[in-house]
Amino acid sequence: MSFLTRTAATSLIALVAATPLRADSLDVRIGYLQWMPDQGPVLSNVLPDPEDAGLRGAELAINDNSTTGKFLGQNYSLQSNVADSEEAAIAAFDAMRENGLDLFVVNAPASTLKTLTEKGDDNTLIFNAGAKEDALRTGQCDVNLLHTMPSYSMLTDALGQWLNQRRWDEVFLITGPTDADKSWAHAFRRSAKRFGLEIVEDKPWTFDADLRRTASKELPLFTQASNYDAVVVADVRGDFGEYVPFNTWLPRPVVGTQGMSPVTWHRVVESWGAAQLQNRFRELANRDMNSEDYAAWAAIRAIGTAVTDLNSAKPAEIRNFLFSDKFQLAAFKGRKVTFRDWNGQMRQPIPLVHPRGLVATAPFEGFLHPNTELDTLGFDQPESECRING
Amino acid sequence: MKTLLKRTALAAMIGLSTPALASVAYVSNEKDNTLSVIDTETREVIETIDVGQRPRGILLSKDYTKLYICASDDDTVQVLDLATRKIVDTLPSGEDPEQFALHPNNKHLYIANEDDAIVTVVDVDTKDVLAQIDVGIEPEGMAVSPDGKWAVNTSETTSMLHWINTETFEIEKNIVVGQRPRHVEFTKDSKIAWASAEIGGTVHIIDVDNLEQIHEMSFKVPGVNQDRVQPVGIELTSDGKYAFVALGPSNHVAVVDAQTYEVLDYLLVGARVWQLDLDKDEKHLYTTNGVSGDISVIDVEDLKVIKSIKVGRYPWGVVIDPTS
Repeated sequence: MSFLTRTAATSLIALVAATPLRADSLDVRIGYLQWMPDQGPVLSNVLPDPEDAGLRGAELAINDNSTTGKFLGQNYSLQSNVADSEEAAIAAFDAMRENGLDLFVVNAPASTLKTLTEKGDDNTLIFNAGAKEDALRTGQCDVNLLHTMPSYSMLTDALGQWLNQRRWDEVFLITGPTDADKSWAHAFRRSAKRFGLEIVEDKPWTFDADLRRTASKELPLFTQASNYDAVVVADVRGDFGEYVPFNTWLPRPVVGTQGMSPVTWHRVVESWGAAQLQNRFRELANRDMNSEDYAAWAAIRAIGTAVTDLNSAKPAEIRNFLFSDKFQLAAFKGRKVTFRDWNGQMRQPIPLVHPRGLVATAPFEGFLHPNTELDTLGFDQPESECRING
Repeated sequence: MKTLLKRTALAAMIGLSTPALASVAYVSNEKDNTLSVIDTETREVIETIDVGQRPRGILLSKDYTKLYICASDDDTVQVLDLATRKIVDTLPSGEDPEQFALHPNNKHLYIANEDDAIVTVVDVDTKDVLAQIDVGIEPEGMAVSPDGKWAVNTSETTSMLHWINTETFEIEKNIVVGQRPRHVEFTKDSKIAWASAEIGGTVHIIDVDNLEQIHEMSFKVPGVNQDRVQPVGIELTSDGKYAFVALGPSNHVAVVDAQTYEVLDYLLVGARVWQLDLDKDEKHLYTTNGVSGDISVIDVEDLKVIKSIKVGRYPWGVVIDPTS
């Protein structure tokens, strides 16, 4: 079934692209590359992540752009490749460039993204719709790399603000063993400092038992401490974290990568017209839209907004437009999103969700910023070494 | 039992005295699946009517005998008989109707189908679907010019105004405006159209004869972050003096000089102000405040907010029946 709809969606895109062209029509071809390394076995394998996370968001954005484009003689098409290794992703990138593509959306680890960015030239524009590493926004920036995926620190700052405004300022931090877990926890420690939170315990997760049998015995002991207001879990791949809620020593809420989480996107986001985006996505993909889908969608919609205004698909012109005052994208998060001109990160509100509901949306009132409250999330200009616009 | 009795008694009283009553305002409550009926004299809710799921756009028939309701999640337009306040009929609407507009001929209903990127035109008498017109993504605002010549649809994600010829049902012009255009309002003489762009933060003034933008306005509410200033509903006084613009989560309504396009004042109302309607002698303006779940009443002469009225959850649209 899902294969069928996928084929239908692909042919739909092809159809849009093949619509009889007007004399003055413009072709906008965008490449989508996805490569996600195997996460390894996890204890909590109840809800596996969809394998096409990101890809379907890109497809939806092509449909959205095409609807606008048909009134303006602009034809959008997507070439996508879901690779099974880094080499395959790089080879696909090379092949697409040879084929004349110069606009890319990449959902891949930071190291792969860096390789691709280095291979690109000034006539290539890449949108990062996967890697959350802060280093890509604070030092290892590239003039032709923009990020629609929020960084770890944007997510943890959203959580830090929320804990601060709830006055739950003593937290117990549990960090998993992977690099991603450590990056998340590192970002959270910075957020804790920024928003006046005290980490009363900072413990690495070392158990390797199957917690479905033993969580109720292991975790209360593991989370023993004299007092804390909340437990913060850094378990990006969802290994043990799902078993922390309700198993803590003290009766306290669990937040972080499990429990209540700061996310880019989630099916419970419905305000500001988001219900319509969620419906469109569900109709296309037969599943709920997630953060990777959203980041890929936002990247291609940003390109579409630029092309609508410019009537040009030249990467340099699109890039200039995206950093200009004229760029504004209605991205279903309650306020327009723009790009930070020092590091190319898309500013955006961050929803805090639990699996069945929206708790709040950061930034919160009272966290002030001279330019935009959205810059209270993540590395602000003075904290970043990047100056990709000089 | 007691409340039931009281309610029946009240209803009977209303039924008896309808002609003598002051006018009545109808408010659609998006998350309660109800309409609140407000007596505009006492400014109190006198009745709550169960309707279809997720009611949003509402409008009156030109003879003021019926109220049409977009029941978005039921994929239908419901017809409320105003004399009995009962749902008496439904119309085919296409999927997810959000806003609509009735042609001055009192027959052709133009419905924006938000999930389907089309505008459906329905004959309200025969229930025939006369046309389905492809528009941009998330068609939202609908307006028909008072002279009946143009139907205008705003598509939120495509950021366009689609100008539909009401004789051919074909789009004759697309005008790109700010991001997320929400609402269009014509002047009585059909010469000027006002269009709001929620995320763009702008209101676009369109010269209807030439179908060209002649002015673009933006707003600055003191003490409110600029990206929370999000224009949605627009209401124009018929004397051409004022335009009122609901500014969404800035919780203010802008008062604009409709001739010079200068903002005269910002009035603080409830949270996330969406849609507006003037009462029959244009002395009071009613605003729906989605997040705070209430209606603010503005005195047009003094430009002051004089009352807030608690209604259902997420009030969306408001219309005032001038004949009741």
